[in-house]
Amino acid sequence: MKHVACMALLPLILLLPFAADAAQDAPEVPTWMGDFAADRYFDPKAMHHAREMVKEEMGGMRFSKVMLNLAEYRPAAGSDGYRWDGESWFGGDVHRFVLRTSGEGTGEGVESGDVQALYSRAVGRYTDLQIGLRQDFEPHGRTYASVGAQSLLPYWFDLEGALFLSTKGELLARAEASYDLRLLQRLVLQPRAEVNLASQDSAATRTGSGLSSAEGGLRLRYEIRREFAPYVGVSWEKRFGKTADYWTAAGDSRHATTFVAGLRAWF
Amino acid sequence: MKTIDRRSLLRSAALLGGGLAAARMPAWGAPAAGIAAMPTLTGEELKLTIERGKWTIDGRHGRAVLINGSMPGPLLRLKEGQNLHISVENRMDEETSVHWHGVLTPVHMDGVPGISFPGIAPHSTFVYEFPVVQTGTYWYHSHSGFQELEGMFAPIIVDPRGPDPVAYDREHVVMLSDYSFLAPAKVLQKLKQEGGVFNYQRQTLGGLLSGRDQTFNERRAWARMLMDPTDISDVTGAVLSYLVNGHGPQDNWTGLFKPGERVRLRFINAGAQTIFNVRIPGLKLSIVATDGQLVRPVEVDEFQIANGETYDVIVQPSEEKAFAIVAEAVDRSGMASATIAPRIGMVAPVPALRPRPLDRMKDMGMDMSSMSHGQEAGPDSHADHTGHVAVPGMAAPAARGTDVMADMPGISMSMLDPLNAPQVKLGPGVQMISPLPRDRTGEPGQGLESVGHRVLVYQDLVALERNPDVRPPTRSLEIHLTGNMERFIWGFDGRKYSETTAPYMFRTGERVRVTLVNDTMMAHPIHLHGHFFELAHGPEGFHPRKHTINVLPGGKVGWDFTPEAGDWAFHCHMFMHMAVGMFQVFAVRPLPEKRS
Repeated sequence: MKHVACMALLPLILLLPFAADAAQDAPEVPTWMGDFAADRYFDPKAMHHAREMVKEEMGGMRFSKVMLNLAEYRPAAGSDGYRWDGESWFGGDVHRFVLRTSGEGTGEGVESGDVQALYSRAVGRYTDLQIGLRQDFEPHGRTYASVGAQSLLPYWFDLEGALFLSTKGELLARAEASYDLRLLQRLVLQPRAEVNLASQDSAATRTGSGLSSAEGGLRLRYEIRREFAPYVGVSWEKRFGKTADYWTAAGDSRHATTFVAGLRAWF
Repeated sequence: MKTIDRRSLLRSAALLGGGLAAARMPAWGAPAAGIAAMPTLTGEELKLTIERGKWTIDGRHGRAVLINGSMPGPLLRLKEGQNLHISVENRMDEETSVHWHGVLTPVHMDGVPGISFPGIAPHSTFVYEFPVVQTGTYWYHSHSGFQELEGMFAPIIVDPRGPDPVAYDREHVVMLSDYSFLAPAKVLQKLKQEGGVFNYQRQTLGGLLSGRDQTFNERRAWARMLMDPTDISDVTGAVLSYLVNGHGPQDNWTGLFKPGERVRLRFINAGAQTIFNVRIPGLKLSIVATDGQLVRPVEVDEFQIANGETYDVIVQPSEEKAFAIVAEAVDRSGMASATIAPRIGMVAPVPALRPRPLDRMKDMGMDMSSMSHGQEAGPDSHADHTGHVAVPGMAAPAARGTDVMADMPGISMSMLDPLNAPQVKLGPGVQMISPLPRDRTGEPGQGLESVGHRVLVYQDLVALERNPDVRPPTRSLEIHLTGNMERFIWGFDGRKYSETTAPYMFRTGERVRVTLVNDTMMAHPIHLHGHFFELAHGPEGFHPRKHTINVLPGGKVGWDFTPEAGDWAFHCHMFMHMAVGMFQVFAVRPLPEKRS
């Protein structure tokens, strides 16, 4: 019994000297009263102004980026095509305004194209949540509310996904993934995949329910600088089910597999 | 005021071999033909003018912020005990400031806008006044915007009132810097836009197939954690020119000597983003001071100098030939070089850049070797299991493929365990928390573990003079250096300066042990204004004193200091890290009685 009591007291005995130390020797850490040493020497108003400036600068600075992820030419037998996919952002580390656009067309005009205006918020080390509006201007004008996320996954996979709800009640989803395989210091092979899904058939937007379209690409770019890289590659795309029917009816006869040549650039 | 142990001082003088011969007062850098000598200012009444202008590096013109028309600005050659009255005229359309790096000044003369004074408004003059209470090699630079990166820096030498304990016949200042022809604001923007944008030494598939760098297994482990072992420097030779005294390798700044002379080289790293590896092939380097503070001489072949640090080195070339001063960027993406020679025009061969280093698990604070028994100690640990002390720099190169993680039962290898650092605010700005950070002050800097010759480590440093305050600390404070390399966010304890609500608090005159824990994969040279701190190693009472300490990735460094009343800047001397938030204030209270 006595033994047990001793055991129970042991931590207390061990801690006692420290407790005594803390009480007697260790000086208390002063509490900050919101005062500033330099205010005693200089005009406190001038100091306040300088303080606010410096504090805003160190961590609160805003930056921007304009990026053309894909800007490519797609030679084809009938009519040569083109495709673009770009994004720009403006803001700080957490809150950003994001503008995105993607689309494709031929010499005859834009086949499909959209613009998204989003509020982006960093929610994790590698993840941003994005919410905003999407406006399609081809093949049919449509406005959607958009919710999505952009993330860097383990093994350096880039992943993006979003849900879109149109003013007509149509629900769409899009997911994109890509990976940079660095062959040589400036030579990068990028596999890329995109899928589009819809919850309903819509002749107006030429989308059928379920998996409506998918794209796979393999692009080889040469980074003259990291921010300026021409590329060549192949793109394979397929429209499924009703979506394919709508587009065939509209006279779209492009090959499913195309060679591409383009530029990836940002500033 | 200052306690000097005469005996050790004399002993060291004897070690230095020259006795207490009074040093001559040479011009501080005999320049090569065509390179204008840097001016020197002495006396009590000094005047500096700051303006934007052009500077030529290896024949290429760039924009620079000049002090009295040059980069670096004029050397301030001061005398211990003198008073200083420096008027700084700002001729620019932007605010400026001058901070006296390592120089102990009253709190309102420290020169940090928003902390110690309001800054020097455009087209106005500010007068700094303070007594010079110390000796050694220091420097001064702008603490506003990106002006330091654009060339606004210059050396300071304070000569002792009496004879200099370091005997030397001649001296040269070797001020290392990194200059970007791309405007620093654009450099920072690019870093925010894409992680590792300036790194052109990444691992490639080609490298894997030809058996270079990490093995597939290692690469897979690192990729899973989203860590890039080649991310040694954020800003590299791809955009930086590395300079000696404002001159590129082709300019070949040259300092003169006569064979047999003891030459004191005062190295200052004014680089904004670059840690340098310094060597002079063919000469032994005797380290006699760091951060202006004398140390017992240590003879090495190479040393690493982090941003903001200074090292005084004695060399004694005996031959009638030229020697190259080689200052290689830590990521080996470029180098600064200069020459010391008996005559102008002589050149020495400059060695090629060595292969770039790779980060290892220990840089993540996940070193198993120190924990696993029976296994061999890490490649650069000071003593191996047989008790032999490995000479820093002479370790056998780590075998390829050995940098894999073993499962350690009972030890959480979580890279983001809040229990490892409860005070850190987690969020997008904190990529990881080192699970097993360790004291790496006995290890050579990154990439110097196996260079085949003797390399300086912090634990080699022993103060020559007795520490002024030898009381043991009565409390301790742990500060985590945090960041997210992908987002280029840096801070202390998970907070950028813009997010902080209160400074770190200290009591005037108390004795505190501060431990800096590096939770990132990059080295951070941390600088404390207005103080010297004593590193927590060395013989009792002779701990090395510094104002800037490089905390290796996954490492921790403990130091003791005696807080002086006031508000003092505390920050990473990688200017881009500071610019995005790796900055805080040490507020020391109570302040003295208010002046009437």
